[in-house]
Amino acid sequence: MKHLLSINDLSKAEAINVLDTAAELSRLSEGTVKKFPTLRGRTVVNLFFEDSTRTRISFEAAAKRLSADVINFSAKGSSLSKGESLKDTALTLQAMGADAVVIRHGASGAPHQLARQQWMTGSVINAGDGTHEHPTQALLDAFTLRRHLGQDAGDLQGLRVAIVGDVLHSRVARSNVLLLQKLGAKVVLIAPPTLLPVGVASWGAEVSYSLDAEIESVDAIMMLRVQRERMDDLYFPTEREYSRNFGLNLERINSMKSDAIVMHPGPMNRGLEISADSADSTRSVIVEQVANGVSIRMAVLYLLLSGTARSESNSTIEVGV
Amino acid sequence: MNTWKIENAKNSLGELQQIFISEGLVVQALPTGSQPTVINAEGLHILPGFVDLHTHLREPGREDAETVLTGSQAAVAGGFTAISAMPNTLPVADTAGVVEQVFRLGKSHGLCDVYPIGAVTIDQKGTHLAELSAMNQSEARVRIFSDDGHCVSDPLVMRRALEYVKTFDGLIAQHAQDPRLTENSQMNEGEISARLGLKGWPAVAEEAIIARDVLLAEHVDSRLHICHLTTAGGVEIVRRAKERGIKVTAEVTPHHLLLTDEKAESYDPVFKVNPPLRTNSDVIALREGLADGTIDIIATDHAPHPNEAKDCEWSAAAFGMVGLETAFSIAYLTMVQSGLMTLADLVNRMSSSPARIGRYAGHGEIRVNSPANVVLVDLAATWHVEREHLHSKSKNTPFHGMELPGVIKKTFHNGALVYENLDSRGGVKK
Repeated sequence: MKHLLSINDLSKAEAINVLDTAAELSRLSEGTVKKFPTLRGRTVVNLFFEDSTRTRISFEAAAKRLSADVINFSAKGSSLSKGESLKDTALTLQAMGADAVVIRHGASGAPHQLARQQWMTGSVINAGDGTHEHPTQALLDAFTLRRHLGQDAGDLQGLRVAIVGDVLHSRVARSNVLLLQKLGAKVVLIAPPTLLPVGVASWGAEVSYSLDAEIESVDAIMMLRVQRERMDDLYFPTEREYSRNFGLNLERINSMKSDAIVMHPGPMNRGLEISADSADSTRSVIVEQVANGVSIRMAVLYLLLSGTARSESNSTIEVGV
Repeated sequence: MNTWKIENAKNSLGELQQIFISEGLVVQALPTGSQPTVINAEGLHILPGFVDLHTHLREPGREDAETVLTGSQAAVAGGFTAISAMPNTLPVADTAGVVEQVFRLGKSHGLCDVYPIGAVTIDQKGTHLAELSAMNQSEARVRIFSDDGHCVSDPLVMRRALEYVKTFDGLIAQHAQDPRLTENSQMNEGEISARLGLKGWPAVAEEAIIARDVLLAEHVDSRLHICHLTTAGGVEIVRRAKERGIKVTAEVTPHHLLLTDEKAESYDPVFKVNPPLRTNSDVIALREGLADGTIDIIATDHAPHPNEAKDCEWSAAAFGMVGLETAFSIAYLTMVQSGLMTLADLVNRMSSSPARIGRYAGHGEIRVNSPANVVLVDLAATWHVEREHLHSKSKNTPFHGMELPGVIKKTFHNGALVYENLDSRGGVKK
């Protein structure tokens, strides 16, 4: 595997290998070793055309823990905001010798363009493209689900996971639907019909318009961020009406299975799709998702880059498949 | 040198036909003493030159993408002897001055007839009618009007335009796209757009306008032409309208006869086009509609764009594809080789019918004492589409790398040989 553009780039075995690798790296990080020399001398560029704090920091931390050199290239204050094209940016990165480019872009498919056009030779990692995909988010979500609800190994067979909210515009939802189903979980999408894409039936997931009808039967619930601007595009009448029908609150949490968990990819709109007490409740694994994100991104960088050049003899990480 | 004898060619019905060309016209017999150039066209078909009612030439304003000259060169390489320049130039062709400029450029290059299409509304803004009559009375004799690229979405403006052009047998060519339903839309709305996360462009946005406009045309008894039909539902509306006797005609592009929205899975913006590529069932309905005459003509919607407009992410890319040079081959592949229609039917859709709808005299048939606008094609040969070999200034063809049937060998415009296929340009013979 050269690039990670979509969950579809991973077979089930490869996806599980990413999770297992992340688990191993996480275990090692808990010991005395905080930093591995694996990617010493390699350059990872964080190319962020959209604002993102947590994903960029997460990739940066992951790359640094593997001893890679990290260059942060963000749109604000750079030539990117002056209209430099994706192509010219890619050629610049190629000239600087980037081994991997982690790209966040507002246009769906922008990472595919980078990978397909061969403007640059490095690996391309999709850190969120438009309303298309966010594969490392799905991987960290699967990792978190496996820790809490599985054996911390293998797949997610038998789990039922709800994804709630703005599925139409959510790259997190698209990647999660693909990955969770690949790993054997059942997915139910819960949203008003306006926030579900035409053609959603082909995704293989269940669709429901009622959170209350589903919440008792799920093992985990993922709340999606709902942008307040969507109201102006007539996707729902008011924030309050949305929140009443599709927001997570303590009353709803109390109707969940006793071991069911609450997830959110962040950033949260407290009080809109999730109440503050829900976000901070004991069921919430939201902060843990962030921590797991670093392990997953370490695993992805390691698996993509360590195979592409001679690894140093003292830097191998043993990972069982 | 402008007398020709073309012998041993077959016509669209497969009959051997010999024609003589003298002083720009097809003639019964050459004048005595003339020494014609003899073309032995054995194995070739001789057809009336193709007529395109939907071409973007980009001049004035975007000469980096195409000019009247390069567009004409592409046209004759594709076997077209008449093309129709859409008005979305800079400035917009909404005055007699601009349409005359385009018309004169076409005439001075002399490769094919260039008929300007005038804008319906000032600056294609959709609010105030442009001086339609002035454009008609200009040297360009404009008879077709369109805001192509934009829909005349205001029903009152559309009604008035349909009525107004009746004074000179004019025609409104509608780009059917409800603007509200397609804000920021990127591709056909369906399973593929749902998966790719590209904003959907619903079929109903096209069909609702077609339905409204055929009813308006019926109400005011005017001629209406629907540009680039793409949906099965649109075909059905036009079919019913024709059954009711409404004076509506419709076109389909070659790319919509072949390609589907699955092409967007590559995120390659060469497949980004307005209206968008639709589903396989739409393609089947379009082919059936063209075969049974519901759709009257094939039109290219030749839309050249410079490299930088396509060498970028999908949502930043321009809409459109070049099509003049591949139109006949794609049409032949999808409609004749598939067994849906005869070669004679195809000539009707690409030459006679568009000439009739546009009222383009001297096109659409090979007839004694008419201008010699003819094309020689080799239907047995194939050619390899190589974007760098296109005559168009822009290279945004979705058919790059394909092996296509039907090679245009020679194109005559008003009796002059304006295009001759040489191996190094325009395709490889097999």
